[in-house]
Amino acid sequence: MTALNTGHEAVSSVTPVRRRATTRRRAGLAGYLFVSGYAILLLAFGIFPTVYAFFLALTNDRGQFTGLNQFIKVAQDYRFAPAFLNISLYLVMWLLSVVVLTVVVAIVLRSRMRPRLSAIFRFLYYLPGALAGVASVLVWLFMLDPAVSPVSWLLQSMGFADFAAVLSPGDLPVILVLIAFWTGAGGWIVVMYGALNNIPDEVLEAARTDGAGPWKTAWHIQIPMIRKWIAYMAILAFAGGTQLFVEPQMLQTASLGRVSPTWSPNQLAYVYAFQHGDFNGAAAISIFLLALGLICAALLVTRSDLFKVDES
Amino acid sequence: MTNTSHASAARRRQSTLVPNLIVIVLFAALLLFFIVPVIWLLLAPTKTANELIHDNPLSFGSLANLGAAWRHLITFQDHALLVWLRNSAVYSIGALVVTLATSIPAGYALALTKFRGRKTLLVITLVVMIMPTATLVLPIFLELNQFGLIGTIWSVILPFSFYPFGVYLVYIYFATTLPREILAAARIDGCSEWQLFTRIALPLAKPVAALVAFFSFVGNWNNFFLPYLVLPNSDQFPIQVGLNQLLSSTPSFNPVAGAGLNITSPELALAIIIAIVPVLVLFLFSQRALVSGMLAGATKG
Repeated sequence: MTALNTGHEAVSSVTPVRRRATTRRRAGLAGYLFVSGYAILLLAFGIFPTVYAFFLALTNDRGQFTGLNQFIKVAQDYRFAPAFLNISLYLVMWLLSVVVLTVVVAIVLRSRMRPRLSAIFRFLYYLPGALAGVASVLVWLFMLDPAVSPVSWLLQSMGFADFAAVLSPGDLPVILVLIAFWTGAGGWIVVMYGALNNIPDEVLEAARTDGAGPWKTAWHIQIPMIRKWIAYMAILAFAGGTQLFVEPQMLQTASLGRVSPTWSPNQLAYVYAFQHGDFNGAAAISIFLLALGLICAALLVTRSDLFKVDES
Repeated sequence: MTNTSHASAARRRQSTLVPNLIVIVLFAALLLFFIVPVIWLLLAPTKTANELIHDNPLSFGSLANLGAAWRHLITFQDHALLVWLRNSAVYSIGALVVTLATSIPAGYALALTKFRGRKTLLVITLVVMIMPTATLVLPIFLELNQFGLIGTIWSVILPFSFYPFGVYLVYIYFATTLPREILAAARIDGCSEWQLFTRIALPLAKPVAALVAFFSFVGNWNNFFLPYLVLPNSDQFPIQVGLNQLLSSTPSFNPVAGAGLNITSPELALAIIIAIVPVLVLFLFSQRALVSGMLAGATKG
């Protein structure tokens, strides 16, 4: 077999080498052509805006290089620290609730419920995801208005007499978590359920024959085996949470100005650009946010084996 | 023998009773949390603003009220709602077409051809894909502003078309379903690179194209931040930005600006329903798409 093969190759080794070289060159050129459209979009709306934001953040409105002055200026703004504090508070509550609840729910759906029933639950939990964005905020404005809310008895028993009382600035993190959970958790439950489905049945059966009950199986087998997906969810939920804009912006409108218009860092950047006309300051804030997003992304790409970059 | 097994079964039943009860309560509470707002929203336009306050929150009003709410809504700012819906369709579908036209060949090339810089492009794609889209919105606004493109439809469609997640999905799809050997054999048979793509890869790409289309359309239809920044005129708004304008025209939430207008809570609720119909229809069929899309990177362990 081997001898036969080498003999064959020895005979025809000249032409294939050259042909392989030309096809490789041809494929290389074709590769460039195939990615060109996407590469142009990537340059125009990924790379260039980032570079341009850096340029703006390092200069002043006359285009003079000012070093880190813009960063120092925005960081010393009296609204800067509160904005980051606000989203930190929100992020802690959001991450805890989304990670704990989606994992628990997905495990119960996977191992303790009839498949038909489990599918119905997953679908109903997932449905509000269709209302992501502006629609979800509007729905929750109604839900939190004791005058029209279906749970006004609950709001009133918690001491909220009217809409103004609910929308006090201190309640904003909780309200934002409710909205984010309502639109986002169902999708994550479906994804976690899918990850749990990837665990081979033999593994779970082996645990059962070894005497592990459902809770032990969940704690010692299922959760460790979907750990990387839990990390994936936590990092994406964190990165998305740092970027809050629509939700606090609309709650601000609805609160008739009692909630700060610079509640989140993105809103502060917006105010810099559109009310102060200070594009350099706005760029400096978005660099801070960009850095947060980049760190999360780099963490996921380099530290997890979730993303196949190359198999060869 | 039977006695002891009975006893242990009873003990087991007792030990699972409390956790089961907790699970049932948790699931019921979550079910109400997720579904009651949806039911309330669907019922709200059938009532008048007054009935919304005084009637049972989960009762049905009348179809006449629904018709009245529709008439008020449609005449708001001379059919603004229809204009916003049309704009949303133009932006989302326009971006979808450009996304498919660029991401399918790009994902194919990243998976199955060799060229210098391929790995770098792949890593950049991954990083940008994981970063939240909102991160780049303000920088993109500053860039478009610099080039005087603010207020054109391209200032929305082109940034919407840039969709690294779509490229990654196509890349994973081709890397796992189309063996290189098939392409190599076709090359030897004299196929050009273009023919390889159009005759072999494209016909296989239907499922992943549908997946990319779903994620892209839903994301762009619901996008608020970018159009909010780059489109100054109401007749250019997509529906999401339009809803925001409706909110500030509703007396319940803005007594000053809303005075004298017919936009009250039922109209606003109806507008929300109309705004989400396209996405809702997609969602009814898309749960599987969500799972396969989000787990696309799963390296089977």
